[in-house]
Amino acid sequence: MRNSIRKTAMAAVSVMAVGLPAAQAQTLNMGVGSPVTSLDPHYHQLSPNNAVSDMIFDKLVGTDSAARNIPGLATEWRAVAPTVWEFKLRPNVTFHNGNAFTAEDVVFTIQRLPNVPNSPSSYAAYARPIVRMEIVDPLTIRFHTREPYPLMPLDMTNVRILDSETHANAATEDFNSGRAAIGTGPWRVVNHRNGDRIEFARNDNYWGDKPAFERVNYRMVTNDATRTASLLSGDLDVIDQVPTSDLTRLRRDPNISLAETVGLRLVFLGLDHLRAPDENSPQITDNEGRPLGRNPLRDVRVRRALSIAIDRKAIAERVMEGAATPSGQFLPPGTYSHVPGLEAPEYDADAARRLLAEAGYPNGFRITLSGPNDRYINDSRIIQAVGQMWTRIGVRTAVEAQTWSTFVGRAGRQEFSSFLIGWGSNPDGSHPLRNILATYSRERGWGASNRGRFSNAEVDALLTQSLSELDNEKREQLLIRAQRIAAEEVAVIPLHIQTNIWATRRGFTHQARVDELTRAQDTRPAAAR
Amino acid sequence: MSVYLLRRLIQAAGVVLAMSIIVFVGVFAIGDPVEILISPDADQMERERAIAALGLDLPLWQQYLIFLGKAVQGDLGRSFVFNEPALELILQRMPATLELAFAATFGAILIGLPLGLYAGLKPNSLASKGIMAGSILGFSLPTFWVGLMLIMVFAVQLGWLPSTGRGETVEILGTRWSFLTWDGLTHLAMPALNLALFKISLVIRLTRAGVRETMLMDYVKFARAKGLSPFRVTFVHVFKNILIPVVTVTGLEFGSTIAFSVVTESIFAWPGMGKLIIDSINVLDRPVIVAYLMIVVLMFITINLVVDLMYSVLDPRVRLDSK
Repeated sequence: MRNSIRKTAMAAVSVMAVGLPAAQAQTLNMGVGSPVTSLDPHYHQLSPNNAVSDMIFDKLVGTDSAARNIPGLATEWRAVAPTVWEFKLRPNVTFHNGNAFTAEDVVFTIQRLPNVPNSPSSYAAYARPIVRMEIVDPLTIRFHTREPYPLMPLDMTNVRILDSETHANAATEDFNSGRAAIGTGPWRVVNHRNGDRIEFARNDNYWGDKPAFERVNYRMVTNDATRTASLLSGDLDVIDQVPTSDLTRLRRDPNISLAETVGLRLVFLGLDHLRAPDENSPQITDNEGRPLGRNPLRDVRVRRALSIAIDRKAIAERVMEGAATPSGQFLPPGTYSHVPGLEAPEYDADAARRLLAEAGYPNGFRITLSGPNDRYINDSRIIQAVGQMWTRIGVRTAVEAQTWSTFVGRAGRQEFSSFLIGWGSNPDGSHPLRNILATYSRERGWGASNRGRFSNAEVDALLTQSLSELDNEKREQLLIRAQRIAAEEVAVIPLHIQTNIWATRRGFTHQARVDELTRAQDTRPAAAR
Repeated sequence: MSVYLLRRLIQAAGVVLAMSIIVFVGVFAIGDPVEILISPDADQMERERAIAALGLDLPLWQQYLIFLGKAVQGDLGRSFVFNEPALELILQRMPATLELAFAATFGAILIGLPLGLYAGLKPNSLASKGIMAGSILGFSLPTFWVGLMLIMVFAVQLGWLPSTGRGETVEILGTRWSFLTWDGLTHLAMPALNLALFKISLVIRLTRAGVRETMLMDYVKFARAKGLSPFRVTFVHVFKNILIPVVTVTGLEFGSTIAFSVVTESIFAWPGMGKLIIDSINVLDRPVIVAYLMIVVLMFITINLVVDLMYSVLDPRVRLDSK
């Protein structure tokens, strides 16, 4: 008798001992480096907001971890006519409050996009190509466009679907308070403290893969060192934006594992194409500091020289601690419209000097290289390294790093001759082409981020052609040709594509995403070792 | 007294107005918030729409007048980032910061005063020398470094305290306070200590200097000669007289603790006003920056006033209506 009591007691103790970690594992603690500013999925286009929106809401077209389109709330889609896209909607999907998802909700969502008051960066652009929406039946919707519009599925990967009933009069504040943060996604919002944390509970009625955890504590820990320390102390289970300076140490730690993937963010140098060949560029002088009387950057030989003078491997290995891949183009291998065979330019200082001499600058010139110091990973150290490499071929480079808020304005006013900047692409060549490489034009909405004002008629023509080509393979060829021309012309000097890195504690695994989004559904308990 | 108060209030209004102009112009000069807030793929049309939506298409003086007009009605504008009233955002974060600042200030007084007193009464003892040497460290070690070391030692190595964030809260009168729960206290300990370190050293040094100076005064000698107990001499006659500089400095320090706890808050991911302001500066969220600085100015004016009033309580010779 006594023995059996003891056995029971021991069994209870061992159950507790085993049960405890399991119970703790029901809550996932995530630490993210960038603050989420709003739970309204149509208020502010920003990666951290999109990540959280992906947890609460769904899109017609989803994307997998490699940024390929996968069925979301739409199960299939196709262009039924050159100007008509048809989306078949997923049946039996409900919102967190039990409302059924139908085509009405899609219409409501598209109509809301341009009508979110005070939005500092709206999603209106995704509604603009659609001139008319047609509900064929409750689970089929057609978007009519003015012209053939091949980018419709891509656009739909950015639009989170709301409920026409629940959100009829919902303002951004209602989402932030959690009252209107109701979607079809894998997580329900339990509590939201602006800029501090968001608490989620699992949506047990989710139509897709069930998340592994019951609750998520999604915390914003913006200080890099603290985020790492909290992971080490066990207060956080997963962190994103692992600082490169901690990489060596974390790789050695047996309790920590890293999830890495090459991303979609290219860090590159922009060059002054705006000043004519016989004009002065604002930050270029001859070796005595006198105006040069011409803009050497308009000579492709000079641009090429500056490009091959850079030892990209050294930057990726030393400055970036291996958390970058040298690149000669915007998109990483394996993505749609990646240019095959276009590698990162090889480092060759001698060839660079020869090119400079051919272009009429045997003794080089002086230039200022600007860049932000708080935006991209190790940004100010990269421009220092580039500055030294340029100086080595005779282009005496002064480096000027400044805070992003000042830098980006000056770059937009074409105050720089050369500058470092980054670009996070959508996985489609038309995205960087249209925004960075196309000729600046307000009417067409092109080149809005073309801060160097590169302009090439052939690139523009190919892009125009691609934007009305509905055949995906033909379109890809057009985009590849356009990107190849821009690379041959050295429109910009690509440096490297950043690696996206997450770190998890023992017992957790995280699926790294090329689009940088940190979402709780991508974390799972690790299989027992 | 009332004349004095009135004069102080008029002065305060002038300071606030001047400050609002300086802040407005300064923030305007830093850069263009739309460039930072807007999605990089936004085209030119979308940029123009955003500029107009945020009211940034108007000339500066017009923007300022609109701001001023609304401000006198208690509306300090809406945050560009959160689309919520800036004042509300700041007030939401205020309890967390106040809690931290109070904890740090009380901690500084509770630790600093006795240590300073001891060091002043027994200046040549080994312990006093240790205290003074320690206070030099407290002054000179940078907050962010100490904060990280605290986390590394107490959270990562020893695992005694949670590394970051604010703990469980209890709602009292509509605001959330964390110092009433055990979880909250464990979260509060490290950031409060980190913030208090500088103040502890300051209080130690002020107290010690005050004690050493006062102990030589005639009235102390007289009190001793009269046969009063050393306890009474120290805690009634000396103590009261050294408090004036301590109160002044602690008061002003309290203000700067609230206003500039930025470093500690961002290291410990403490969801207070400091973290809000640094995040807002990074994205040039003008309404929040301006509202925050206005609140800070008001706070300093109030604290100065309170300190002046406390003088007159502590030292009857101080008259408020001095010319």
